[in-house]
Amino acid sequence: MTLGDGTVRPGYEILQRWLSETPRDILELRRTEAELLFRRTGITFAVYGAADAEERIIPFDIIPRILTKAEWTTLERGLGQRVRAINAFLADIYGPGEIMKAGVVPQELIYRNPYYRPEMAGMKLPHGIHVMIAGIDIVRVDPNTFYVLEDNVRTPSGVSYMLENREVMMRLFPDLFADSRVAPVENYTDLLLATLKSAAPPVAPSEPTVALLTPGPYNSAYYEHSFLADRLGIELVEGRDLIVRDDFVHMRTTEGLKRVDVLYRRLDDDYLDPLTFRPDSTLGVPGLMDVYRAGNVTLANAVGTGVADDKAVYSYMPEVIRFYLGEDPILHNVPTHRCREPEALAYVLDRLDELVVKEVSGSGGYGMLIGPAADKATRDLFAKKIAANPADFIAQPTLALSTSPTFVDSGIAPRHVDLRPFVLAGADRIRVVPGGLTRVALREGSLVVNSSQGGGTKDTWVLDA
Amino acid sequence: MLSRTADNLYWLARYIERADNSARILDAANRLTAMPVAYAGSSNEWESAVSATGKLAEFRTLYPEANAVTVVDYLGFSKANPSSIRMCLETARSNARAVRSALTAVMWEAINGAWLDLRKFDRGKAFDRAGLDAFLSFVKEAALRLDGSAYRTMLRTDAYWFFKLGVMIERADSTARILDVKYHVLLPENAQVGGSLDYFQWSSILRTVSAVTAYHWVYRESLKPWLVADLLMLNAQMPRSLASCYDSIVETLDLIARAYGRQGPAQRLARSIRTGLANVDITQIFQRGLHESLIDFIDQNGRLGAAVAEQYLS
Repeated sequence: MTLGDGTVRPGYEILQRWLSETPRDILELRRTEAELLFRRTGITFAVYGAADAEERIIPFDIIPRILTKAEWTTLERGLGQRVRAINAFLADIYGPGEIMKAGVVPQELIYRNPYYRPEMAGMKLPHGIHVMIAGIDIVRVDPNTFYVLEDNVRTPSGVSYMLENREVMMRLFPDLFADSRVAPVENYTDLLLATLKSAAPPVAPSEPTVALLTPGPYNSAYYEHSFLADRLGIELVEGRDLIVRDDFVHMRTTEGLKRVDVLYRRLDDDYLDPLTFRPDSTLGVPGLMDVYRAGNVTLANAVGTGVADDKAVYSYMPEVIRFYLGEDPILHNVPTHRCREPEALAYVLDRLDELVVKEVSGSGGYGMLIGPAADKATRDLFAKKIAANPADFIAQPTLALSTSPTFVDSGIAPRHVDLRPFVLAGADRIRVVPGGLTRVALREGSLVVNSSQGGGTKDTWVLDA
Repeated sequence: MLSRTADNLYWLARYIERADNSARILDAANRLTAMPVAYAGSSNEWESAVSATGKLAEFRTLYPEANAVTVVDYLGFSKANPSSIRMCLETARSNARAVRSALTAVMWEAINGAWLDLRKFDRGKAFDRAGLDAFLSFVKEAALRLDGSAYRTMLRTDAYWFFKLGVMIERADSTARILDVKYHVLLPENAQVGGSLDYFQWSSILRTVSAVTAYHWVYRESLKPWLVADLLMLNAQMPRSLASCYDSIVETLDLIARAYGRQGPAQRLARSIRTGLANVDITQIFQRGLHESLIDFIDQNGRLGAAVAEQYLS
């Protein structure tokens, strides 16, 4: 909240005044009210492997995280640039493969990537867009530097928290909003619907039918799926609601079969179609890929986008941006050592105690070593794993992540935060709502913000002026 | 709307109605056993409660005898019985969870709240009389709350109609079954038909469906078995009667047909069942046999359920 010299950072003045004027018991009362609101609306998530807690609430911090207009403008440009490049990259690797021919990205990194889908090779997508919805994880390391931590371009989640956090904040602190000019995020679902419709296949009617495909109520993000379907005014379908007939996909309704033109799918590639991918999947739709290949349905996001958010490919993103757009990256990567390169491997194994090591296919904070926090035995064990399959790992320096004032048991204290803005890429243009999901590591000193591992969320304010 | 959504709403309504029905049947059995010892013959009220749910054979494979403890366990809490109150509330809640966006917030709160509160009652030990009363009131109130919140807050679209269809089809089934209990509670050999015990049994059936006052308003007579049957089967003013349920079912199916622009087998079958109820009087029913008539109705009602499922829910 403050700059190095102790002055309050621009944008935080109102918050500073509010926090100094509001007695602690009022803050506690508001926090309790916020939790009640979340519990009543049923905003929950499931933690895999926690049998006793089928439904939990993500802790919510009532102190917002603030970004100035100037900061946001840079972020917004950088995010748009990154998603444009990712789309060009995907169209290329499933098409002519220029970037590999040019030797910018090694071929085996693509073709041997677990998320590469040979079924997509040579396929023409309507409007050529692969990624329509992206969640880009950003961290701030000093007042002027934002790093992209991770691109999420498969089925990014968390946007319902961005929307609900704002609603709860507006109910609890209406005065605070009256005093600040906070850019609205409420129109996200309108923008999402416009984006999805713009990507409809050419055979679709002018008002295409959009549906959200969910794995079902036992999925950890099911709440978000039903929340979004509700806000978008579209049907929330499961695989068993859909059926392929005459080269089109239909949903079973009380009035008979109804054609679906765009599927906003929150189901992983592997489960989409048992005839093409995992034959044991009961969550998907037999024959869906045939309809897709025939160009009669749009899947958002496209199949096989996982190649682009793989942690190994991530390290090539600056080159990818330069290659397709001829521009310098506006947002930087965290300096990344690719263990696949012998020099980097030696460097990493030598400095495990100061690095963060990640499995290239891992997500949710699982399969990760935080060197400085681990003991020697854990590090040695991890070293063996890395040495056995170096290509599966990347390493990054431990970052001096920025902190944000957070209301914890001991009072108001700094806690590490990251930010996931959501980028929408339609056939017409790119849309980003000003804000995103701020995740906060509630444990003192912790850098892990994942909700499955003790992270919480905050409302994110982009000030209009 | 999605067939699965309609199916979930329909069954959610049926399961809550079924839980209410089980609570009422337990209540009836509890009342019957509460009468003065002098009246009690070789009492089989608890067994009759199980018969009324149509599950006596299964019950006998699970418990050595029918008494307050085993029957309350079976109809109230057993996981082996998919229609026990606990299983009904659990199934209803998981159906509700799968179609959250088709429900209003108060409906969700009614179901979720009932499901959460259920734990207070399920302590795995026998109830005393007051404890059982409290549990049964809780179940009936939960059903009332869901019904009321649907009535007050749902848009009048197909979602509401499928919900209502579930309530009415299940309610018709349960009214027929409750009335049929009387058939299963055989009078002890030394008791007189039309005697005190008989009287007590008929009145407890009326109490089960909260219709004692209604009976006196409609007939202005002392309790007569055929009038009780008339009230619960043929009297369209009585909201739980088969005739009233079928008026509602026909009306609801017509609303659906109008909205979708198409009539089908479900509409035709519902109308024919309603006509059947309109064209018979209670004397004819008793001549044919009350039990036989009720079994026949339960079967027809089941066929309507199948027709609705075939036409809309799959």
